[in-house]
Amino acid sequence: MSTERLVTLPIDAQESAKPFFSKEKKNDAELEKAIGQIWDIARGFGLDPYPTHFEVVPPSIMYEFGAYGLPGRFSHWTHGKAYHQMKTIYDYGLSKIYELVINTNPAYGFLMDGNSLLQNKLVAAHVLAHVDFFKNNAYFEKTNRQMVDMAGLHADRLKRYEFEHGRHKVESTLDHALVIGSYFTEDYNRPGSAQEYIDEDRKKFEQAKKQPDRPKTPYDDLFGLDDLGKKEEPKVEEKAPFPCQPEPDILDFLAKFGNLEDWQRDIVQIVRQEGMYFAPQMKTKVMNEGWASYWHVRIMRELDLTDSESVEFANMHSSVVAPSQTSLNPYYVGMKMFEDIERRWDDPTPEEQERFGRKKGEGRKKIFEVRETESDQSFVRNYLTKGLVEDLDLYIYKREGDQLKRLDYNWEQIRDMIVDSMTNFGNPTINVARGGGNFERRGELLLEHDWDGREIDFAWAEKTLSHIFSLWGRPVNLITQRENKKVMMTNNGPMTITKML
Amino acid sequence: MGFLERADQIYYSPAESGGPTISLSRQDWSLHRKGPADQERHNQKVKEAIKGDLQHIISDEAIITSDGKKIVKVPIRGLDLPRFRFNTGGNQGIGQGEGKDGNGQGQQGPGKGRQAGDQPGIDYYEAEITIDELAEMLFEDFQLPNLQPKTSEKLTEETYRFNEISKKGLMPNLDKKRTIIQNLRRNAMGGERHPTFHGVRDDDMRYRIWTPDIQKHTNAVIIAMRDVSGSMGEFEKYITRTFYFWMERFLRTKYKEVDIRFLTHHTEAREVDEEKFFKLGESGGTKVSSAYQLALDIMKKDYDPSAWNVYPFHFSDGDNWGDVDNRKCVELVTQILERSNLFGYGEIREGAIRSSSTLMNAFQSITDNRFTPVLITDKKDVYLALKKFFSARPDLEGAVDRR
Repeated sequence: MSTERLVTLPIDAQESAKPFFSKEKKNDAELEKAIGQIWDIARGFGLDPYPTHFEVVPPSIMYEFGAYGLPGRFSHWTHGKAYHQMKTIYDYGLSKIYELVINTNPAYGFLMDGNSLLQNKLVAAHVLAHVDFFKNNAYFEKTNRQMVDMAGLHADRLKRYEFEHGRHKVESTLDHALVIGSYFTEDYNRPGSAQEYIDEDRKKFEQAKKQPDRPKTPYDDLFGLDDLGKKEEPKVEEKAPFPCQPEPDILDFLAKFGNLEDWQRDIVQIVRQEGMYFAPQMKTKVMNEGWASYWHVRIMRELDLTDSESVEFANMHSSVVAPSQTSLNPYYVGMKMFEDIERRWDDPTPEEQERFGRKKGEGRKKIFEVRETESDQSFVRNYLTKGLVEDLDLYIYKREGDQLKRLDYNWEQIRDMIVDSMTNFGNPTINVARGGGNFERRGELLLEHDWDGREIDFAWAEKTLSHIFSLWGRPVNLITQRENKKVMMTNNGPMTITKML
Repeated sequence: MGFLERADQIYYSPAESGGPTISLSRQDWSLHRKGPADQERHNQKVKEAIKGDLQHIISDEAIITSDGKKIVKVPIRGLDLPRFRFNTGGNQGIGQGEGKDGNGQGQQGPGKGRQAGDQPGIDYYEAEITIDELAEMLFEDFQLPNLQPKTSEKLTEETYRFNEISKKGLMPNLDKKRTIIQNLRRNAMGGERHPTFHGVRDDDMRYRIWTPDIQKHTNAVIIAMRDVSGSMGEFEKYITRTFYFWMERFLRTKYKEVDIRFLTHHTEAREVDEEKFFKLGESGGTKVSSAYQLALDIMKKDYDPSAWNVYPFHFSDGDNWGDVDNRKCVELVTQILERSNLFGYGEIREGAIRSSSTLMNAFQSITDNRFTPVLITDKKDVYLALKKFFSARPDLEGAVDRR
């Protein structure tokens, strides 16, 4: 047996534990034993999670951690709003957060006080599969497994800044940063200081000059305006464009080059780092939930459940994977996809055996591989088949008043649209343009929208630009398209002007 | 208490075979207040957003046409953090619906939450506010300006309050309970283990005595006048109703006893009840002097300035019968002013078309500070009008700041 109880409750909790928790102590002991069994079963199947600590918490804490994303995370009104939303949904009995798991080593799983023993068993099995995913999926490789401590340090620094500079200023800076909170790259090797960035950028520029056919951006004509009428030949430009190529990590760029005080730069970097930590989770939601659901079923089957427990389990499982008319249920779709992959690799067609050399019975092996190498986009692109789209009855719909109208698309289009919706967290792709760090030689910022056929929401964009202006300090421009024409939005704080190009 | 302090008490060695791998614990979270604290901050921001936008909100259709009791959903745009997003309204570009967007989590890390069955795709959260809360915010700094302590004897009420206990009093006012308790106390002190009620002395008796409670209140009356002639279009009507809606609420919440007299006029004026005042349709020509005359008559008859704070208000589009009547109005206003604390005149001209023949121009000649004119060209000016009329006026004669 590999489960040893090494931990006792800390002193203060022990004291308060006495009158209130004596009944729960007995239940907790039973639950801990069951979790130990579940661990062994999971290991038996080949799952390989980090050591995991489970914590029983009251509902309010559950949805608080859910709203904040991490225990101990910094205070912000957006968290307060999310907290209120979740609490209300819970209080009205509309839904329940069953499981909460943190990607750290050791990992943490939260169980809701008030769950039945059976419910907790299912959650524990589900959680362990999640932890296995966190540990083994390639996209999580660089995530900070001590993030809870890190988030606590961030929160402490923010508190200190509040004390030094006032709550309002800190809140505004956080607001500005959170507005573009998804515009970063998961580049853990980025140059740390502004000067290092500049040096590296210059190096890249020199290298690119040696290869004259660098990839052209759609906006090169803007920068060639000065050269109209001159002969086209590789010239030594006096001032290299900065940055020398489009920069997707807007947060980092602003943190380094915006007109900010040091503590504000720190805040932007905090937002960025925490964003980087969560990014893989957001990119693998379907896979991860599918993986965890796939395994909680199989693990629970190995337990000796009583009849009533079996019924309870069936009910709970079916409500977790229930399909939805208005959105994609990741638990449902992910699980079905894994089961489909397993089936197909257990039983390859003769053609597949010959062409790809697949052997029978490799289903399990295949899904373990998949969980290691794919993210949602590649998962869907590669493994969502025509058969699945039909079996699961996936469709694209449009809201017309109160009605949902199914649109007429074939399975490939549906699949592609799903993949598209996952790009860049579902947000438009926007970069700092080449030369956008010193646009018009006036220190203005130029952003470009990487056009893919979908227009942006202009009202929201105006407000967003205003926040970016607050971080940059000088006018901010965005090139995008509107009604098939290229336009440039310019913001200098309160006002945004849009011109056609 | 927290979670973080616990974190380093959970000790694991790296997971070798046989090493510790899972554990379970339970803490006391009862003092933890972070979520509610941040939620409170969010609520604060909602209130701030509302306050910053009062001028638009209070003239919103939904409020004025509601029955005044309901919770009103106020369109607050400022409370989501904006971000770059696609325009799913779908004018042009790819017109797909919300599709299979299960990833609408924005920047925050998902806490692995899950919603059973149908995911509520609609943002269930709307900023809701009761009209009372809105009113509270609006009226925070409002007051009836230059309110003087005028009381009249005949409106004084005499009430009696029983608020003291004495050892002497009238039999009918005997407080039996206290008397018994007092007796038991004495008996207990005299050595009885289980005292009973006996041997009552004069000293034990307790009586309730009353003191007369004279409540004086300051008299105030508003004379609300409204132009209901044909020239008052939708916009003018709407502005008038909005103003008087809030004025009435303000008065009813801040002042216990304020009379309001409702007058409407076209070429003739008459007094109506509150319901008719707000509902009346429009027709006919405009003779403002009729209203002012009626107001003056009422004031002379019922509201002696020595005993009353009088506040006449008039809303019109300023398009009067003619110069003759304009001059008459100026005369009447001068007379009215002598008997009032403040005369509020609101001229509603959508788009502020300048015209030299409106009443406002005629009133230029009035120098009395108590005459307070306001030009309304836009819905948001209603808030400004309210502010202008209902703020402290240190410039007024004999001003005493009384609420």
